[in-house]
Amino acid sequence: MTVRRVVGIETEYGISVPGDPGANPMLLSAQVVNAYATATTGGRARPRWDYEDEAPLRDARGFEVERAKAHPSQLTDAPGRSRRAAPNASDVAGAETEDPTMANVILTNGARFYVDHAHPEYSSPEVLTPRDAVRWDRAGELILLESLRRVAATPGLTPVTIYKNNTDGKGASYGTHENYLMDRSTAFGDVVRHLTPFFVSRQVFTGAGRVGLGQDSREPGYQISQRADFFEVEVGLETTMKRPIINTRDEPHATAEKYRRLHVIVGDATMCEVATLLKVGTTSLVLSMLESGWLDSSPAGRLQLSDPVRALHEVSHDPGLKRLVRLRDGRQLTALSVQRAYLEAAQAFVADRYGADVDADTAEVLTRWEQVLGKLETDVLSAAREVDWVAKLRLLEGYRSRDGLGWDNARLAAVDLQWSDVRPEKGLYLKLAERGQVERLLAEEDVRHAVDHPPTDTRAYFRGECLARYGPRVAAASWDSVIFDVAGRGALQRVPTLEPLRGTREHVGALLDRCETAEELVAALTG
Amino acid sequence: MPGQEQQRPSRREDEVEETPAVPAQANAKTSESDADVDALLDEIDEVLESNSEEFVRGFVQKGGQ
Repeated sequence: MTVRRVVGIETEYGISVPGDPGANPMLLSAQVVNAYATATTGGRARPRWDYEDEAPLRDARGFEVERAKAHPSQLTDAPGRSRRAAPNASDVAGAETEDPTMANVILTNGARFYVDHAHPEYSSPEVLTPRDAVRWDRAGELILLESLRRVAATPGLTPVTIYKNNTDGKGASYGTHENYLMDRSTAFGDVVRHLTPFFVSRQVFTGAGRVGLGQDSREPGYQISQRADFFEVEVGLETTMKRPIINTRDEPHATAEKYRRLHVIVGDATMCEVATLLKVGTTSLVLSMLESGWLDSSPAGRLQLSDPVRALHEVSHDPGLKRLVRLRDGRQLTALSVQRAYLEAAQAFVADRYGADVDADTAEVLTRWEQVLGKLETDVLSAAREVDWVAKLRLLEGYRSRDGLGWDNARLAAVDLQWSDVRPEKGLYLKLAERGQVERLLAEEDVRHAVDHPPTDTRAYFRGECLARYGPRVAAASWDSVIFDVAGRGALQRVPTLEPLRGTREHVGALLDRCETAEELVAALTG
Repeated sequence: MPGQEQQRPSRREDEVEETPAVPAQANAKTSESDADVDALLDEIDEVLESNSEEFVRGFVQKGGQ
């Protein structure tokens, strides 16, 4: 499958009320999510999230954490007090307004838009290609923008600003997570061994750039990654504390015997489309090499860092890209050399397996990976059209040299923050994009289409289309279910969708076209 | 922008030490495309929040995942 793989990106957006840093972030986030939902569903009852198959405490290393010993933030399957595994029809109406943690919408594009901790979170639908990952990730930016506009236009609601970033620069961090389905039979030890050096080094093109060093920006300066300083351990289940480079959450939202969901929490929220494409595409390629055992016999497979957490921080703190990280075998390499090794392994792998028959998505990722590494190797700033941290650095260096600013100047921190503002009239990335100073991969109408429409080649198609066609009859849904409340049936009808590659347009498109009502669909599905 | 006074410190105030976080190579390269960057900065200036200090201080988040 090379770069084609079931993938999703989830982003917790930063949220703020200008002039009121003490505003309640959970209420604000609920307001944002609900404003969008009300605008799109006209205020009628909305489907709820189905928590039936969630298992946030299951660990990929082969055990399950005891509930009593888990941190409350880990219990993502039980938000709020009145949670039920599967909702009754009577729970559906109006429940969201009582408990902000229940602000939770399933969109017709197959995404989930909800309040996670103290942030509005957009979890993209499952996609199959890196380009589609970019498309539905960017659709999320438009959804947050629309939400912000709706809030601003509603009398009585507090206007907010929203940022696609990962830290407030004062010690708080919030995540952008990638999810990759992979073969269950791949040993988790191999995942840890091969992905750790890859994740430590991939920041050179996935980093979003950050003003300030240290979790609370104690030292002035500029670093590559928003997230790196918040990682403290190599492997672990937590996502809100002692954050690990390799997260072990084993909650596949799919047939567990067949799939493992690799939950990647070490990435930054990227706005540059090329950076997002590479983040997902290169990781998918490394996973393909892992699953096939290819890395075991390639030089990249022998790269083991002697202190991965320290290396993660060191690489992030070195925008010159010259610092050497220490390997267990005594060698010292730059992050770029580590990436080169993975690239070369991937080129050899694709040539060996596919030769001239390589698919366009895989070829694109390989070409761009090579180009971006080449640019970073010759002149860091030459990657300013593709890579967030470089584009941001270019802007910051412009200010520094024009106005003679030190790295501790608040204007530089303001540029950093405003870089990720989702409003085109304010967001500095969006300003650069409008001026043609960053490379775009997608036409804007493609992205707009993805706001309301699901991908056609995963089960997200079934979920999104059911919501679009039979919305009022959908009582609840999740990644792996759609639950109908239809006339003539006493109980809610749960349709499991545990296989992510079923429920595609090819698979169910004709069926959906044939069924005008949810009643007809349920009848057809239950025979 | 009307009503928004840019608070740009003048050069004489800057006795700030260069931190080594960014390589000399990056600085050198920036000066080559000064005209480009200046035009860009002028546009960004117009949308940058006017009181940076307050803007940055007011951005406080609760942690997340």
